Amino acid sequence: MATLLEIRNLTVAFDTAAGPFKAVDGIDISVSAREVLAIVGESGSGKSVAMLAVMGLLPDTAKVTADVMRFDGRDLLPMTDREKRAIIGREITIIFQEPMASLNPCFTVGFQIEEVLRRILGMSAREARARAVELFAAVGIPEPEERLRSYPHQMSGGQCQRVMIAIAIACNPKLLIADEPTTALDVTIQKQILDLLVDLQEKHGMALIIITHDMGVVAETADRVVVQYQGRKMEEADVLSLFETPKTAYTRALLSALPEHAIGGRLSTVSDFMETHQGEER
Amino acid sequence: MAAPELVIEGRDITRDYTLRAGLFGTSRTIHAVKGVSFAVERGKTLAIVGESGCGKSTLARIITLIDPATSGTLLIEGKPVDIAHQRMTKALRATVQIVFQNPYGSLNPRQKVGDMLMESLILNTDAPAPERRERAMAMLTKVGLLPEHFNRYPHMFSGGQRQRIAIARALMLNPRLLVLDEPVSALDLSVQAQVLNLLRDLQDEFNLTYVFISHDLSVVRYLADEVMVMLSGEVVESGSRDALFSDPQHAYTRKLFAATPVTDVGAIRARLARRAAAPAAQ
Repeated sequence: MATLLEIRNLTVAFDTAAGPFKAVDGIDISVSAREVLAIVGESGSGKSVAMLAVMGLLPDTAKVTADVMRFDGRDLLPMTDREKRAIIGREITIIFQEPMASLNPCFTVGFQIEEVLRRILGMSAREARARAVELFAAVGIPEPEERLRSYPHQMSGGQCQRVMIAIAIACNPKLLIADEPTTALDVTIQKQILDLLVDLQEKHGMALIIITHDMGVVAETADRVVVQYQGRKMEEADVLSLFETPKTAYTRALLSALPEHAIGGRLSTVSDFMETHQGEER
Repeated sequence: MAAPELVIEGRDITRDYTLRAGLFGTSRTIHAVKGVSFAVERGKTLAIVGESGCGKSTLARIITLIDPATSGTLLIEGKPVDIAHQRMTKALRATVQIVFQNPYGSLNPRQKVGDMLMESLILNTDAPAPERRERAMAMLTKVGLLPEHFNRYPHMFSGGQRQRIAIARALMLNPRLLVLDEPVSALDLSVQAQVLNLLRDLQDEFNLTYVFISHDLSVVRYLADEVMVMLSGEVVESGSRDALFSDPQHAYTRKLFAATPVTDVGAIRARLARRAAAPAAQ
């Protein structure tokens, strides 16, 4: 399969009072076309920062360096912001954890999706309205025509996340990044959203990167998994070998933190593993 | 031992909310909780499971004596309590405490951790200042924090540490019953494991009774003795953890199980096989 996104030796540093802090410390990530990659780690592992760096969404205080950052045959590194904008938001799109916070509360969701269609695809108002209805139907929003007139606060968290997904797939992106797409949602809704993402990924043949801390989400969606800890990559494997034979202590720690693995007993935590296994890896 | 002692019992509890529809519109009544009965023995955990909007948090507010029930009887340690018609006593307030879902919203950002812990002692007891300080310090170490955290503000702590602070605050008055309203759903899995372990240790040490509210069945399975499944204000199924998990009766309970991510290797293999067979992969 052709490599769609290739990043080598990505480092993101922030200047702090105590000197530069490396949120991401030399990470290689690649995604092929039509692949679902999961990036797993705890908060603070730099998993979101790495993807935000690719999107160019980090504040100016972040120092981003990489040896290679290539998307679909084009080198992203020498590009100006203006050139990047032709790719970011069209060929690479992103959805975030908090769907309520990602949508503008002052405008109807219909306006927000039509804005994308008009601005980026140059559609007329009428075309945009028709396409918005199609997109809402595609992500499983009931009564799409009615719902276009709703404001974000009139919709549930799961519905808002569906709107975000509809906006993200509006321009048929080649890569969709989902940053903790279901963390704020109930399990039943989580299942629906994950199924929807994988379903759209298969239908549109796009690549999907899911950023999560939840091994359950990984098990339900991923083809390949990158495990990240304190800004570094700990392990990379296809999903089956990761769950069958996890190579590093950290991955084992993440797996054993799942509550279903400790009925009646104590849950082991990451620190248990990282203290007892110090120095075993790399 | 004599017959098991019930710490809290609810008989046919209902709660209605009335919505006014403007000046001339007819008002509408929402039945948030419809005739729910339950009982929890000392030292045990009752889990209330359901998705958002099922009335589980409304029930939590009634149990915590924040909101009165519209009808029904609430008994705490065998005595009927009706906060709509009787004054809230300090002794009663000390009996039941609550830990909320979001430790970012439930802690006052302008109050030091120590003051936060001592405040409930000032309001509800006659303990002199040195004793209050001593008890707050002791509680900090009990929940796995350090004495030097006494003078810090909430923003200096991570999500898991904040939830420890919220738990410490709830325990300051030595409550018999602790209501936990989704205490770990805002936390990373590895941090979630630490907090769940802490809750279990505290329960053993103080013989605490928990009412644990969650939408996550894997967490419920880890912590609960009894489980009650709610759907739109009604209890659809209840029973011991083992009975409910081995043989769920109601269709909704089975739906909840189906939505919970499965992390065993067999399930992943089956998913990958389905995915490979999907014609849209082309």
